Amino acid sequence: MSDDIWILGIHMTKFGKYPDLDTVDLASQAALAALADGGVTMKEIGVLAAGCLMASNAGIGQQLQKQIGQTGIPVYNVANACATGATALRTAIMAVKSGEVDVGLAVGVEKLAGAGLLGAAGRPKSDKNEWNPSGRVGAVTSTDGRVGTDSMPGVFAQVGMEYGHKYGGTSFELFAKISEKNHAHSTLNPLAAYTKRMTLAEIMNDVMIAYPNTRPMCSANCDGAAAAVVVSGAKLRTMSLEQQRRAVKVSASVLTSDPYEEGCQVLPNVNTLTRNAAKIAYEQAGIGPSELDLVELHDCFATAELVHYDNLMLCEEGGAADFFNSGATWRDGSMPVNVSGGLESKGHPIAATGIANIWEVCHHLRGEAGDRQIQGAKVGLAHVIGLGSACGVHILESSGL
Amino acid sequence: MANQIPLVDYLVLGDKPHLTANECASCSARFFGRRNACASCSGTAFNTVAIDTTGEVKAFTIVTFAAPGVPVPFVSAIVDCGGTSVRGNVINVEASPEHVSLGMKVALATYSIGTDDNGTEAIGFGFAPFN
Repeated sequence: MSDDIWILGIHMTKFGKYPDLDTVDLASQAALAALADGGVTMKEIGVLAAGCLMASNAGIGQQLQKQIGQTGIPVYNVANACATGATALRTAIMAVKSGEVDVGLAVGVEKLAGAGLLGAAGRPKSDKNEWNPSGRVGAVTSTDGRVGTDSMPGVFAQVGMEYGHKYGGTSFELFAKISEKNHAHSTLNPLAAYTKRMTLAEIMNDVMIAYPNTRPMCSANCDGAAAAVVVSGAKLRTMSLEQQRRAVKVSASVLTSDPYEEGCQVLPNVNTLTRNAAKIAYEQAGIGPSELDLVELHDCFATAELVHYDNLMLCEEGGAADFFNSGATWRDGSMPVNVSGGLESKGHPIAATGIANIWEVCHHLRGEAGDRQIQGAKVGLAHVIGLGSACGVHILESSGL
Repeated sequence: MANQIPLVDYLVLGDKPHLTANECASCSARFFGRRNACASCSGTAFNTVAIDTTGEVKAFTIVTFAAPGVPVPFVSAIVDCGGTSVRGNVINVEASPEHVSLGMKVALATYSIGTDDNGTEAIGFGFAPFN
């Protein structure tokens, strides 16, 4: 009896613009490369979980099968906002953990280049010149911009400002410095959509989207895909030594939603569900935050990264600003965060993100991260949050072989 | 005076404009908008309660880039009105970081959004600096 779960193969495409490839092309690239990386084929895959948020009714899983292998296995098409990739991975993990299958494949893909501002569609404006109440609050016209903001940069700006109001120590400059770090990290990541180092002044003087988030402080819309093959420990032990050596242990796999708290339906509370997921993950893994060698967390906006230092318990409660100011989260600091460049520079093709962050951590744990390798990395954590809300936290460990 | 209609149904117009919430009869959790049940305790009975018309800005952003048709810039805020969080714009203030601050005291204010072909005037709300 063995219920340990391992990442056997994993891949992310370069994030960026692919005008000539569609989502199925990108998903195929990632899936085939993940299978090859794990030394298996579609014939050995017992379950497929797949997500493409912007086409969540299109059956991306079956479309993918029709290109790379229709083996008749069950497909779960998942959609869970920005946690879609993590949800696909977790679905495959649950299937393997249940004992129904030995090997599973999870894929996330998105085409988002040029998508512009997300979360701000509001309701269509009526040309009819008559006030008619509709919807759950009986609004006579769109409330976006009249009753606060629906835009993602604005919502997450408020999340960071709320933290500042509660604990102090935040400023426009502090949030911009977080972005400066991630853009600096991105210069070492050949798969990032943007790899340009930016000065603090360049970041602060760029186009303001929603104060205090300027454009480079927002996640970059782009195209990309990522895929992972997961395997049971029992199955892995029948495989080659090389497969066993490169396999990465999934020491914790957790998905949470946001529990009710005062105000959570007014401004989404991205804190408690992240803290809850982290607590469960540390307990599952038997690992504390101080033992992590690197963290990839969901910096959809610079203002979000700050609060997640606290939510993931990388620092004392309320101490995120001091923690960042200490230099801890730079790649040469005590707790490197987003050495991939983060969503602000690597890019955020939504459904790919929750597997791409696992790929980044695996890359370091396998000692294969090249110039940006965190030396001696043995344990890492990957975090995503999708507004609505869903939070995925995975803790990964190298095989030690 | 023309007929008036509130922008949202939880805005009560009249001499003393105020917001109302649906308060859960069993756990007192407060919600804006139509309810099926309570998100906190799953109770199904609610009472309508008035929300304090003054409060403190506990989070804000100045939106300078928004969806088409949304005039910018505007200040979006979360206001703590006597323990109930309320979402709304900070109005009657310049939309710049020099003029809006965390902890700022604000009070509910209403304004006209426009009049339709039937002569009905829609009234919106926001929070204006106070004191």
